[in-house]
Amino acid sequence: MNKYIFYPGCSMEGSARAYYDSLKVIEGPLGLELEEVNDWNCCGATEYLSINLIPAYSLIARNLALAAQQNTETKTVMAPCSACYLNLEKADYYMAERPALGEKVNEALAAGGLHYTPGSLEIRHLVDVIINDIGLETVKAKVVRPLTGLRIAPYLGCMVPRPDYQKRWSDHEHPSELDDLMKALGAEVIDFPLKTACCGGHMTQIGPETAYELIRRLVSGAEEFKADIMVTVCPMCQMNLDAYQSETNRYFGTNFHMPIVFFTQLMAVAFGINPKEAGFGLELTSAKDALAHIGLEAPTPAAAPHKKAEGLPMPKALPKKYGGE
Amino acid sequence: MSDKPEKPRVGVYVCHCGSNISGVVDVEGVRDWAQEHLAKDGVVISRDYKFMCSSLGQELIEKDIKELGLERVVVAACSPHLHEKTFRTASERAGLNPYLTELVSIREQVSWVHTDKAVATEKSKSLVAGTVERVVYNTALEKLKVPINPNTLVVGGGIAGIQAALEIANGGFHVYLVEREPSIGGHMAQFDKTFPTLDCSACILTPRMVEAGYHPNITLLTWSEVMSVSGYVGNFNVTIKKKARFVNEELCTGCGICVEKCPQQVVDEIYEAGIGHRKVVYTPFAQAVPKYPVIDAPNCTFFKNGKCKACEKFCPTNAIDFAQQDEYLNVEVGNIILATGYDLFDARRVTNYGYGRLPDVFTSLEFERMCNASGPTNGEITLRDGKTKPKTVGVIHCVGSRDKNFNNYCSSICCMQSLKFAHLVKERTGADVYEFYIDMRTPMKSYDEFYQRVLDEGTLFVRGKVAEVTNAARAEHEKGKLIIQVEDTLIGKQRRIPVDMVVLSIGMEPRADSKQTGQLFGISCSADGWYLERHPKLDPVSTMTEGVFIAGCASGPKDIPASVSQGAAAAARVLDKILQKEVELEPIRASVNEAKCSGCRICNNLCPFNAISFIDDLAITRINPALCQGCGTCVAACPAGAINGTGFSNEQIFAQIDGILTLAPARSAGVGL
Repeated sequence: MNKYIFYPGCSMEGSARAYYDSLKVIEGPLGLELEEVNDWNCCGATEYLSINLIPAYSLIARNLALAAQQNTETKTVMAPCSACYLNLEKADYYMAERPALGEKVNEALAAGGLHYTPGSLEIRHLVDVIINDIGLETVKAKVVRPLTGLRIAPYLGCMVPRPDYQKRWSDHEHPSELDDLMKALGAEVIDFPLKTACCGGHMTQIGPETAYELIRRLVSGAEEFKADIMVTVCPMCQMNLDAYQSETNRYFGTNFHMPIVFFTQLMAVAFGINPKEAGFGLELTSAKDALAHIGLEAPTPAAAPHKKAEGLPMPKALPKKYGGE
Repeated sequence: MSDKPEKPRVGVYVCHCGSNISGVVDVEGVRDWAQEHLAKDGVVISRDYKFMCSSLGQELIEKDIKELGLERVVVAACSPHLHEKTFRTASERAGLNPYLTELVSIREQVSWVHTDKAVATEKSKSLVAGTVERVVYNTALEKLKVPINPNTLVVGGGIAGIQAALEIANGGFHVYLVEREPSIGGHMAQFDKTFPTLDCSACILTPRMVEAGYHPNITLLTWSEVMSVSGYVGNFNVTIKKKARFVNEELCTGCGICVEKCPQQVVDEIYEAGIGHRKVVYTPFAQAVPKYPVIDAPNCTFFKNGKCKACEKFCPTNAIDFAQQDEYLNVEVGNIILATGYDLFDARRVTNYGYGRLPDVFTSLEFERMCNASGPTNGEITLRDGKTKPKTVGVIHCVGSRDKNFNNYCSSICCMQSLKFAHLVKERTGADVYEFYIDMRTPMKSYDEFYQRVLDEGTLFVRGKVAEVTNAARAEHEKGKLIIQVEDTLIGKQRRIPVDMVVLSIGMEPRADSKQTGQLFGISCSADGWYLERHPKLDPVSTMTEGVFIAGCASGPKDIPASVSQGAAAAARVLDKILQKEVELEPIRASVNEAKCSGCRICNNLCPFNAISFIDDLAITRINPALCQGCGTCVAACPAGAINGTGFSNEQIFAQIDGILTLAPARSAGVGL
């Protein structure tokens, strides 16, 4: 049994429900034992650290303090979300590297009767745990429904392999571990050149045009390499590429249809679990066709609720010939 | 500690070194203090002088030795590395044994590192006091004289090694030239053209190779490696392994029929840089010296499953000998020149440039082979498919060099090599060429003119470090191309430049086994792994080990002219030694008091110069005085205190410490020796 303290993070309960559901159904076959951090809170995602360091680190370190005092036989905290993972890892790393910061954070934690000594926990991402602790051999042994014929674009995103404080990845630009995991499921894996490129992160909120371009590159890249489906390890990557794909199409006048799902979902179906239980059908860019390709029937995603326009329509943007966009 | 001997007469000389020392140290103050407070330790005279190292300064000391009968001299000046020899020679001229003169560094260790004049002055006094107390225990030493064997070993048959071997052989002395590949020639034999003159590399190299191959004074040992080295300057004993060629050199005529008939072909990772093939019985290239082929046993069908023997069947002189064994030769030489060359940086390490993943990304050496008329494409510049001619080519400079993730240093040849590539691409394909550079470095003779010429030919230069080479197209015109993403630092913009072919100008690295080779010959490497020169500017072909010289890229990246110069320079140093017939060695040596030695062997593996040997039947350790370089490692390590370092005896060290500590405030100034 591989036991870990589990920090789910907010998205697992909302936008990344498919990730959570599929993780739950493969826990058993993989022999994962997860004990959730009691009373955990938000990690601050990608935004807070760029605004104010001390409160941002305090917010993160509260989770570490809680995890450290939790009475379990393991000292490894596992986060399935890349942003959560990186934030926890950063807090642990910088509290040790900058003792003054560590002290201030602990001062803040003391108000809640907590304390965290940096270095007392090991912080890891789910995909790293599956590949390095459980191992590809165990994964292979559990495959009953190999994904033969499914062309996958493995997309690791930017936060897991970088900055990689603990040097766990084979490379920071073209790591091969996720490829190997997908190959272990029997899938055909394309040599995806953008596997560690940025999905746009929170730019979807503050500068959507920038995000659309980053999303377009990824989706068109996967399509150009004739992938059936993209696979990710990060809720934010999944949301940006999935939920904003139609916006991106509208913005560029393109017609991409590239489903993106969590690696755990594909592991689940390869382990013989039915696609619905593996969280398929929750995505917005339907993976139905991709799964049909290998003879699996996946539920159709629920149609997005129709947004009723509020107020009166706006005039159209200035046409290009008059100097508009 | 023995009793203090009768106080010898000591003279103290404090140097101003212009204002180098006197700017921070109160030189007169030190002089007066020594005269007054060190008289009890035997100081009879204390002087200062503007430049002690000048002739007038030296004469001052000589005069005092003669007139005042000085028996010890202490000069407080610069580091002993610079002028110890100067002052010891001056003393010798005045009839005083040179080893009774000591230098105190109050420049490198005091004036150049302190700013507080009072503290610096006190520290100088302490150091002078320490050396005065120490010098009392100095003893007169005689230099060791060793005869020199006139034979020389040259390791490495690249252009530097060939040059060195030829110079010595032409001087009338015998050379053993050892090369681990089947032919001499080195990297230069792989190139097509040489910059900046564009002469054919083979045309200028092969005459030298032939000369070395037939020279009566050169014993050519290819397909051979040095296994062990013992002895010392003038008298090295070297064991060389002559690997089995499986071809009898006496019978072989070099006709090449065996190569032609061999049915087995493998990728040639060495000579063809991995983009060409060779047979299993092969000579690396047509002009190989010697002409005899070798059989690559691990790949040979006969060695693998006992069948084939095509080469043997067709050989007209029965020269194939599958039973041949490795041979071990012992040779005696007086001097050794290491010209072991370099390895190339492994471009796969820069994963963002896609080498090994993207087929049309090539390394510079692959490109050299491709341009070479005898290479795998007969000199045609093509993509990896071997057919398609590129329409645009991007050459990326500094791959693995000037990069803190890989090697910090500049590999010095890549700018010129890349310019040469641009010219060759233009000349042979008419394709557009982009050069991506950080800085252009074209400092040697006619190099910058060549740069101008390539500029005039219309090569496009983009200044900036390439971020990525990718096949992920973002726009229609990028599809099917390799896209080079780069910040053009001259216009301050990110650019994406689609090309058909990318050439990575990979840097030079020390040989993968340079540390082991260094240990074999008793020389050391810098942190980067290049061999260390005795002095990087003034003694670039010598090492800290007497009788072992280095030439060419073994000590760092160099172009062909520099490597040839170094080969010749190392040969000149060796000839100088040979012609002296004997060599004088510094008498600063360690010796074992055999009565005290417990035979624990702790010191045995510590000696960096292989000077220590264990005498089994007596169960004691002995030190070869000719090999010992006086580093003191064994002296410090000996738990029984049985090893004595001449010139650094316990008495001398303790007296020096006592002297330094007489001035209590010195402790707070952080006196370091």
